[in-house]
Amino acid sequence: MATTRFLEWCGRLYIWLLLAFLYLPVIIMALMSFNVSPFYQLPFEWTTEWYALLWQNDQLFSATWNSLEIAIITTVIATVLGSAASLALYRHEFRGKKVLQALLFPPIAIPWLITGTAMLIFFFGVGIGRGLFAILLGHVALALPYVIVVVSARLQTFAPELEEAARSLGANQWQVTWRVTLPWIMPGVIAGGLFAFAVSFDQFVVSYFLSTPGQTTLPVEIYAAIRKGFTPEINAVSTIIIVVSMALMLLTARFFKFGGEK
Amino acid sequence: MAGVQVANLSRSFGAHKALDDVSIDFADGGFYALLGPSGSGKTTLLRQIAGFDFPDSGRIAIGGESVERVPVEKRRIGMVFQNYALFPNMSVADNVGFGLSVRGQAKAAIESEVLRALDLVQLGKLGARRPHQLSGGQRQRVALARAIVTKPRVLLLDEPLGALDKALRVDMQIELKRIQREIGITTIFVTHDQEEALTMSDRIGILRDGRLVQEGPPEEIYDRPKSEFAATFLGDANIFRGETTGTGIRLPDGTAIAAGAGATLAAGARASCAVRPERIRIGTDSGTSDPNANMLRGQISKRIFAGNSSTYFVDRDGQTLKVIVQNTGVEKLAEGQKVVLHWSPESTVLIAAG
Repeated sequence: MATTRFLEWCGRLYIWLLLAFLYLPVIIMALMSFNVSPFYQLPFEWTTEWYALLWQNDQLFSATWNSLEIAIITTVIATVLGSAASLALYRHEFRGKKVLQALLFPPIAIPWLITGTAMLIFFFGVGIGRGLFAILLGHVALALPYVIVVVSARLQTFAPELEEAARSLGANQWQVTWRVTLPWIMPGVIAGGLFAFAVSFDQFVVSYFLSTPGQTTLPVEIYAAIRKGFTPEINAVSTIIIVVSMALMLLTARFFKFGGEK
Repeated sequence: MAGVQVANLSRSFGAHKALDDVSIDFADGGFYALLGPSGSGKTTLLRQIAGFDFPDSGRIAIGGESVERVPVEKRRIGMVFQNYALFPNMSVADNVGFGLSVRGQAKAAIESEVLRALDLVQLGKLGARRPHQLSGGQRQRVALARAIVTKPRVLLLDEPLGALDKALRVDMQIELKRIQREIGITTIFVTHDQEEALTMSDRIGILRDGRLVQEGPPEEIYDRPKSEFAATFLGDANIFRGETTGTGIRLPDGTAIAAGAGATLAAGARASCAVRPERIRIGTDSGTSDPNANMLRGQISKRIFAGNSSTYFVDRDGQTLKVIVQNTGVEKLAEGQKVVLHWSPESTVLIAAG
């Protein structure tokens, strides 16, 4: 009995240490964004000055807006295209399908640094160049495989007889998709969309390659700001991003669990 | 409501001939069973009639209208799937109303039609439930209500009772038959369960390796099987193989077996005789005054008591025969006992060697 309790205690300690390892730096950074001293001096004195300053920092502000805009548009495009592609791959047999499916995975594994370089060269070659539009195209390309993987996984749990039953009752292809298939894969579509948002909103490497001084995203802008000199404003904006990202990830986790249920 | 005509239907998947020149006439309002082992093509045939798959050649007509190239959603059929295929995201009422709703019918009309269909399958109060809150038998009824609410021309059932336990299956057989009679819809029913086929259908089609082996009313197929396969797949049968004498066969050991029914064959050809186990009388002496009766001697190797009847396995010249005797309380035969078997030629069917 005593050993069991000891092991239980060890396990609990392990979890807490793990969480501390993951979250301690973030928590300290968040705390410092509310500290008066810009040089991390203690004792801690509460202020929201840095958030107020952030509000007046037009450069960071417009970069944040760009990031949000691109992330939302990326999410919509990648989710719609990715879900449609997953449905097509699920429903149809065609020559080269296996190859096509296999080719969808490597982009997830290819380092973004390389993808970014390749996109930069390619966009210059075809005349798109750099800027927000190029960033958007890049993000959609990065996010698409994630959506397809997540939606396809959900489709694996779909019973094909349901589409057949709907057709036998007189439903056309649109009605089958909208009223039977889509409701079933919705948790997967939402999870895929959240992935797409996260891939875009947290994207630094590819955005860095494709941005121009006026047209940039928040992570790139933060990087540039740090290089000029560190200010607690960066802590403030980072804290905001972390809160948003974490909320999104928790939502994703929730939908994944939701997806596992009958 | 309409009859279904299938003519010279063939369908191959790669090198495999799933359907090979099948022709059947499904009469208007009849209850038809397609019976066969797995891989016999019965489900392929049903899917062709439904329109999920198109034939390589041949014709399918529903109510006289050629439909072999019409997709399933335009065929106006109703189908019940083996696993019911109820939409999990919809209530029972929405499941049943789906077919009406995709046709753009008014909400009020759908509601009353759904209620009528649910009443017909005796689930009137469960409209608000979700499919996962129902028992297997209830799901089955919902699937049936959903399939018939659109007033289809033909009802197709793909092993609909396969997932139910024995007692429930018998209940549903009676129920299904009642509903079918009530609405008078042409029904085609795929099953591998011979008992189900015998008790439920007006006519049975037996399939094997993509071909229609025999087709007719249950009694006719049972009493006059045209092949060894039909004889043994639908019910039990003792098969004797030998050379035909024109009115029966001669076994290799010279014993003659007279047949009162079946094929007319030229003497000398290879042929078989089939006898149902319950048609054979068993006793310690011949016990019959009929000089034409078939008679064989053997020894009981095994007896299985089943309450209302007993099954005897009788060894004779390297062959084991099966005899079923009603438990009248008279017969008392033991394993190892030497016995005489006799049966009338009328109970014997002559079958051409297949």
